[in-house]
Amino acid sequence: MALQSLDILRRSATTTPSTQVRQTIEVAKLIDVTTCIGCKACQVACSEWNDIRAEVGTNIGVYDNPTDLSAQAWTVMRFSETEENGKLEWLIRKDGCMHCADPGCLKACPSPGAIIQYKNGIVDFHQENCIGCGYCVTGCPFNVPRISKEDSKAYKCSLCSDRVAVGQEPACVKTCPTGAIQFGSKEDMKEVAATRVAELKTRGFDQAGLYDPEGVGGTHVMYVLHHADKPGLYSGLPKEPSISPLVSLWKGVAKPLATLALAGITLGSLFHYVTKGPNEVSKEIEDDIEKEDAQ
Amino acid sequence: MIRDPKDLKRYNASERANHWIVGMSFILLALSGLAFFHPAFFPLTQLFGGPVWTRIIHPYIGVLMAVAFLIIFLRFKNLNKMTPADLEWLAKAKNMVDGNDHDMPEQGKYNGGQKVLFWALGLCMLLMTVSGLFIWRAWFGFDITAVRLGAVVHAATAAVMIGLIMVHIYAAIWVKGTVRAMWYGTVTRGWAKQHHRGWYRQVTGK
Repeated sequence: MALQSLDILRRSATTTPSTQVRQTIEVAKLIDVTTCIGCKACQVACSEWNDIRAEVGTNIGVYDNPTDLSAQAWTVMRFSETEENGKLEWLIRKDGCMHCADPGCLKACPSPGAIIQYKNGIVDFHQENCIGCGYCVTGCPFNVPRISKEDSKAYKCSLCSDRVAVGQEPACVKTCPTGAIQFGSKEDMKEVAATRVAELKTRGFDQAGLYDPEGVGGTHVMYVLHHADKPGLYSGLPKEPSISPLVSLWKGVAKPLATLALAGITLGSLFHYVTKGPNEVSKEIEDDIEKEDAQ
Repeated sequence: MIRDPKDLKRYNASERANHWIVGMSFILLALSGLAFFHPAFFPLTQLFGGPVWTRIIHPYIGVLMAVAFLIIFLRFKNLNKMTPADLEWLAKAKNMVDGNDHDMPEQGKYNGGQKVLFWALGLCMLLMTVSGLFIWRAWFGFDITAVRLGAVVHAATAAVMIGLIMVHIYAAIWVKGTVRAMWYGTVTRGWAKQHHRGWYRQVTGK
C-alpha cells in the first residue's frame, strides 16, 4: 500500500504520536443494504482491482459464494432470509472491514507499523510488517481479518487505500450497478444516508436507520439498514460492537502495569543487595565446620 | 577448582540438566514473549532471527518448557510439601529479607519461601500452557472468546511468572554459595548448616 507518511494518524505497536501536522477529511463508504440486489459485482471488482483470486469452492445450497471472507476474498455478500412484518425478506449484506475509528486490530497488533490508520479513517494492513500472530483477529469486533494459509500474513479490505490516495473511489463502489455502494466524505455519506432513511420510513420501514456504531468510535464503512434496531438479522451484524473488555485489559492496563512491576522487581533486587548486602555463611558456622574438620 | 570432598551433594546431574532445560527455555520464552507484549520490548525479536521467526519459534520452546517443567515438578513435588515449620518461616520472612536470618526456624531441603515459589510456578506453568495452546493459531482454531481469554491469561500469568523467576534468580545470587548447586550439584557444609539445617542434619547425621 502507498505509504503516505503525512497521512498516517496511528500505527500499531507505536507509543509515540504519528504525523499530526496535516489534517484531512474523513472518508466513508456507505452501503445501502436496501438497494443491494446481491449481484456480487463488488466481489468481482475487489478481486480484479486487488488482483487476488479465492479458490473456486463448491455450492453449499445458498447464494453465499465464497462462503466466508478469506485472505483472497476481502468482501463477501452474505444472504439471509427472514420474516419481518409478516413478509419474507431477503437481506443481503456486503461484509468486509468496517474501518473502525477505534480499531481493535490495531490495538491488539504487536508489530510496529503492521497496521496503519490513515487520517481519512482507512485502516490498512502493511503485510511486510505483519508477523502472522493473529492478534488482529483476536482484537477485531467484526471477525474480519483472515490469516493466509500460504504466508501466515493477515489480510482484509483496504478500502482501496491505493485508489483513494489518488482521488478515486474504491473498486466496489465504482462497479456497483444499483448505486447501493457510495463513497465520499463521512459527513456527506451521513447526509445521503439520512435522506435514504427518511425515504424508507415513508415506505413503512419505521426502524430504518444508519449503522455507524458508537462503540468503536463510528466506522468508515456504514450501512443503511431497513431494520436498524435488529442488525443481527443481517447475517449476525453485531448490535453494539466494541473492543472486547478482555482485549482492552490485555492491550490496555496490563502493559504498563506489568512493565512497571518487572522494573520494580529488578530495581528492588539491586537496591536490596546494595543496602542489605549479600547473605553469606556466618563466621560462626564456618568456624564450627573448621573445628569439625580439625578433630 | 578443586572442591572439598566433604561438600554435600544437593542435585544430581540429571536434575541439574533438567533445571537448565527449564531455565534456558524460560529465558528464551520470556525474551520472545515480552517482545509481543509491549512495543518497548519489540527489538528483542532480533535475538531470534526477526519478528516472524520469533512468532514461529516461541510456542515450540513453550512446549519444550512445559514438558521439562512437568518432569522437574514431579521430581520435586514431594520435597515441597508445606509443613508447620514452613508457615513459621513464612511468618518471619521479613526478618530474612532484612538480612537477619539468625532466629529463622530450622528448614529441610527447601524453606517455606522456596516451597511457595514451587507451587506458584507450577500453577503459572499450567495456566501458561493451557492459555498458550488457546492462542497458538498455527495449530489450533479455538472460539474467539477462548482466544481472547487465553491472550489475557497468557500475558498476565507471564508477567507474574517472570516476576517470580526474577525473585528466584535474585535469591540465588543473594544467598552466597547457592548458584554452584546448579553448576556442580554440591554445596558446602557451612551453607547447608546455615540455610537448611534440617537437611544438613539429615544428610550428615549430625
